Amino acid sequence: MTDTERLLRHRSFVELGARQRARALLDNGTFRELLGPFDRLMSPWLPRQGIVPQADDGVIIAKGKLAGRACVVAAIEGGFQGGSMGEVGGAKIAGALELAVEDNRNGIPTCAVLLLETGGVRLQEANLGLAAIAEIQAGIVELRGHQPVIGVIAGSVGCFGGMSIAAGLCSHLLVTREARLGLNGPQVIEQEAGIEEYNAGDRPFIWSFSGGEQRHACGLADAYVADDVERIREQLLQLLGQPSANRARQHAWYLQRLAQLGAEAPQLDAAAVRALYQGDAQ
Amino acid sequence: MQTLNFQFPAVEPGRGRSLVGCVSSGDLEVLIEPGTAGRLDIQVVTSVNGSEARWEQLLQRLFSGRALPAVKIDIHDFGATPGVVRLRLEQGFEEIGHD
Amino acid sequence: MNRALNWLPNLAAGQAQAGYPASLRVIDGELDNRPARFIAVVPDAHNPFPRARAGEVGLLEGWGLAKAVSEAVEADRNTEKRAIVALIDVPSQAYGRREEALGIHQALAGAVEAYAQARLAGHPVIGLLVGKAMSGAFLAHGYQAQRLIALDDSGVMVHAMGKAAAARITLRSVDALEALAAEIPPMAYDLGSYASLGLLWRRLSVDNADSPSAADIAAVRACLAEAVRDIGQSTDLSSRLGGEHRQASRDVRARLRSQWQEA
Repeated sequence: MTDTERLLRHRSFVELGARQRARALLDNGTFRELLGPFDRLMSPWLPRQGIVPQADDGVIIAKGKLAGRACVVAAIEGGFQGGSMGEVGGAKIAGALELAVEDNRNGIPTCAVLLLETGGVRLQEANLGLAAIAEIQAGIVELRGHQPVIGVIAGSVGCFGGMSIAAGLCSHLLVTREARLGLNGPQVIEQEAGIEEYNAGDRPFIWSFSGGEQRHACGLADAYVADDVERIREQLLQLLGQPSANRARQHAWYLQRLAQLGAEAPQLDAAAVRALYQGDAQ
Repeated sequence: MQTLNFQFPAVEPGRGRSLVGCVSSGDLEVLIEPGTAGRLDIQVVTSVNGSEARWEQLLQRLFSGRALPAVKIDIHDFGATPGVVRLRLEQGFEEIGHD
Repeated sequence: MNRALNWLPNLAAGQAQAGYPASLRVIDGELDNRPARFIAVVPDAHNPFPRARAGEVGLLEGWGLAKAVSEAVEADRNTEKRAIVALIDVPSQAYGRREEALGIHQALAGAVEAYAQARLAGHPVIGLLVGKAMSGAFLAHGYQAQRLIALDDSGVMVHAMGKAAAARITLRSVDALEALAAEIPPMAYDLGSYASLGLLWRRLSVDNADSPSAADIAAVRACLAEAVRDIGQSTDLSSRLGGEHRQASRDVRARLRSQWQEA
């Protein structure tokens, strides 16, 4: 394909809603949604607080095929309550991972793709969101023993809170330039640690640490692609065939790198973090 | 948050299902599915309190002079403007036509 | 004051293991005639990361927990799987610039991974809540356990975010948040409400949660031993799904299962 053809065929992934994203990644005609909006499994907690619920609680679960392989996709809709994880949406993802594990145990290889656009726990369902995230994490770790679990952070919400930890558990992590990945949201850090420590209003500063490009350059993500449906799908299929970086098991490597910062760890800029984390040992 | 119910006479049979939109700021989701013969039922759950008259007017304007299908419509509204409501409802009807 | 520091040496007689960050205390002891590793995150005034000096779970703590747990799993690969007890009094994850820059999410993922792998490998993993169990810190240190035990004490608290911060983020006053929390069990900060979610295996009354008596230690050790036996061969988190206020978690799974088989 020529560059012009590619440009003409460009289709933004970030601009798609969660359901369209899931559909766009799966093989044509294989998308089958489970617990769809007409099942109306909605948050029992939001209306009690005067907050309008969404029919699918902001999580889309779909079974389908990825290059012919059985796959379950869980896609979070960042537009609804910031993609936050409540009881229902969290249980949909955890339950889907648990069923995929069962399928694998029964000789039906099933991989998973998680489309992560989330601020983390939905504070209106606080402890049930947190518990669900622990269960999602358990599901990822167990399923990964059978088949790849691939996390995709495309943007525009990014992936934060407990779900950033979930991203760190995936076999592979794919990010775009629009992606952000971090444990704590900028506002919370500024509130907890002060503006000198973290200026939530300084967008270039925040992106320089948590943006997709930087996370990939530091080895905290496996693939960095343009915001384009075809590119993302191509990359996803490629990752499916690769061995996992097993990033969450590299404690010895990370502890050794962190020790290089000495007894008083300095503030680092993005380049210094890249320098520290680039190396052959990982 | 407020829950509102409206009913309009329908002449065409309801068929197909569609979902459009999202419960994000300034938007709404609309679910349309076959309903009771002869009636178009709408339930609106909206974040905007005291908006009953506004919805009534808006739906009246939108539906008057049309041959409506017998469908059940669920709306979850997060402060959408009348223009957005109209757009989403039209999209929803368009989609059940293709279902 | 960190409660884990007061409980740990009494629950596990033995020397703290060397080779871990000073903010981790790792002691090998026994439980119910079985080897057991007790792990706590504790304050370290000299932590190289200043935002993690008060017992928060930060970069060194996340990766250090990963090391403490996965080394035990490795050592027990061909022998009896020791019990792993997470003593939990963690006020929060570390909030700071260094932490975000260096990928604290990945450090915490390391800890979650290690605890989950220990559970899957057949280790009985127990979370003992003696103080605060907040948000990401709890996810990294204890929430992957097959059984959670909490001291029945007002100083024990599980939550996704502290009150003041949660009020700011949800655009409510602290008073409004408290009023709401009184009616919405998953939002509440008290242990009774948390227990109604079904996530705790046991709540245990003690004489002094700050500074345990000999009787307290004996009662908690007995409870831990009972938990090890109750875990038996189970390696998952399914025992948490029975709670009064987790109906939706069960409904979602049941309906998902029936649709899964049809799809």
